[in-house]
Amino acid sequence: MITTSQPDSGGHFGPYGGRFVPEVLMNPLEELEQAYYAARRDPAFQAELADLLKDYAGRPTPLYYAKRLSQTLGGAKIYIKREDLLHTGAHKINNALGQILLARRMGKKRIIAETGAGQHGVATATVCALFGMECVIYMGEEDMRRQRLNVFRMRLLGATVTGVTSGSRTLKDAISEAMRDWVTNVGDTHYLLGSALGSHPYPLMVRDFHSCMGAEAREQILAKEGRLPDQVIACVGGGSNAIGIFHAFVPDTAVKLVGVEAGGRSLAPGEHAARFAGGSPGVLQGCFSYVLQNGDGQISLTHSVSAGLDYAMIGPEHAFLADQGRAEYVPCSDADALEAAQTLARTEGLIPALESAHGVAEALRRAPAAKGEIFIVNLSGRGDKDIDIYRENLKELDEPESN
Amino acid sequence: MNPSRISQLFARCRAENQPALIAYITAGDPSLERTVSLVEAMELGGADLIELGVPFSDPIADGPVIMRATERALAHGASLAGVLEVARKIRERSQIPILLFSYLNPLLRYGFERLAQDAAAAGVDGILMTDASVEEAGKFVPVVRAAGLDTVFLAAPTSPMERLKQVAAYSSGFVYLVSRTGVTGVRDQLAGSAAELVERMRTVTDLPLAVGFGIAKAADAAAVAKIADGVVVGSAFVRIIEDSAGSLEMESRLEAFTRELKAGARAGRA
Repeated sequence: MITTSQPDSGGHFGPYGGRFVPEVLMNPLEELEQAYYAARRDPAFQAELADLLKDYAGRPTPLYYAKRLSQTLGGAKIYIKREDLLHTGAHKINNALGQILLARRMGKKRIIAETGAGQHGVATATVCALFGMECVIYMGEEDMRRQRLNVFRMRLLGATVTGVTSGSRTLKDAISEAMRDWVTNVGDTHYLLGSALGSHPYPLMVRDFHSCMGAEAREQILAKEGRLPDQVIACVGGGSNAIGIFHAFVPDTAVKLVGVEAGGRSLAPGEHAARFAGGSPGVLQGCFSYVLQNGDGQISLTHSVSAGLDYAMIGPEHAFLADQGRAEYVPCSDADALEAAQTLARTEGLIPALESAHGVAEALRRAPAAKGEIFIVNLSGRGDKDIDIYRENLKELDEPESN
Repeated sequence: MNPSRISQLFARCRAENQPALIAYITAGDPSLERTVSLVEAMELGGADLIELGVPFSDPIADGPVIMRATERALAHGASLAGVLEVARKIRERSQIPILLFSYLNPLLRYGFERLAQDAAAAGVDGILMTDASVEEAGKFVPVVRAAGLDTVFLAAPTSPMERLKQVAAYSSGFVYLVSRTGVTGVRDQLAGSAAELVERMRTVTDLPLAVGFGIAKAADAAAVAKIADGVVVGSAFVRIIEDSAGSLEMESRLEAFTRELKAGARAGRA
């Protein structure tokens, strides 16, 4: 029995979430929470956001029946939520539009954000261009190397991309650096956090801005099939696309919710980012949730072929849904994600983002034994940004004579 | 219960109209053994209270100097258990008050009941949690206090009066006032926001008030000593340790710098 998917007044989903930040940021977070609650109730705010989502970002996105893929697997009917068709190429624009409207409403002049795969950075740079705001994106140097194309896109959009050289030079370090900027420039700066993570109200607010995915998918599947799906499957880094598509289905307890974490090279420490396979509750970057850590409470290094899933903590609402048994979380290896991406490309003509390929892989694994079931897989982003990584990993396709 | 070492220190300072010099050091940089002798040097130079920093992999409130110290300490295997061992060694030969200065996660992982017991047994006098608000850390306060330890919380220029009251209510020993928004680290000038924060805090508590963040030289220490009971210096010490890496002069340089700061602080009261 699910008690609630609304956090308490301190931003806790069960024991998870909350606010674990230096005192300097406590009042700004309270102000952000108040501004968000006011905006959420304001029909003018909601109407402006709805217009932008429709005419600028391209919502609603289709729910596409992947007939050839489903028939090849010979089991479940697989539907794909086409977030890859959104402007900027991934679901991240939903939240970026919501938060930029909020930042403008709060009178902020400057926007900062972290990015891993670069999709949130591109979405943030895009909305800053649209609203004429200064934009600084923090990105680990390792991720800048892995996602060169997105670095260029952000710069083309007028953003400053600041490389982060501490730690493993990936998403976690970019978030720390963004928090250091925010703690310094909190007066005129809004931190446009890109996942359902961090301190309250971020996990709630980011989920709300992405909940259109699940609301649309629920309506679409009822229209097409006359019933709810059996399983909803999404990849989980911090967990914004997953919580966005899960949210509308949480009360439908017959619908299985499946989150797919980065299983990396193996489930040995440091080789993956599967928080429910080796993690435990702890505090990182403002939030209490499942995190990969050692016995001394030091946060572990992580690995994933997809920069967007390469993060040590999972969003607090996911930890809550897992504890409640409402959602299950499984790891998917780098190799299986790469394999699934090729299968989807060749059967449906869809090249997924490497993050989304993790969710696709789990659907491929489950489908053959699920005859009569309906799956919805969230294709949270398209694979253009990952072409260099695909090339590195699929060298046989990159020979001059290959065919 | 007898007044804590921290309370006794501030009582003595008030009676003598002297400011307390509070020195931060990242434990384990360059090694846990060396931290013991570095603390001794700071005490010889006139430090009145030691903030023993527990290294954490993701120090969101720290600037580059303490970030690098943390990385060095972790690379050399520093852990919370090791830091408590450092405190025990300091306590063997000194009565200087020791405040454990930590991000929350290593403490949570260790367990608060066990930590409070072990820290008290090691001779630690109090705990400050960098990334734990009174809302989240309030529940740990009774456990820590029951072991006879003080709990010090941070107040910031961005904290409204209601929050300042809460911070004071959960603090014992003293309250740590953050002089400005931003991360730890040296600044050219002490922020004007410090004086205003001290003034606001005075209206809600009689606890001693210490001011930190960005204090790096004798003149800064003097300015803070004019308005507050304690002067906290962190990154400036850590930078000396970094700059004298591998050198035998680390202790003597640290002691000399502490002496300079102490003279500055005292001059602020003259």
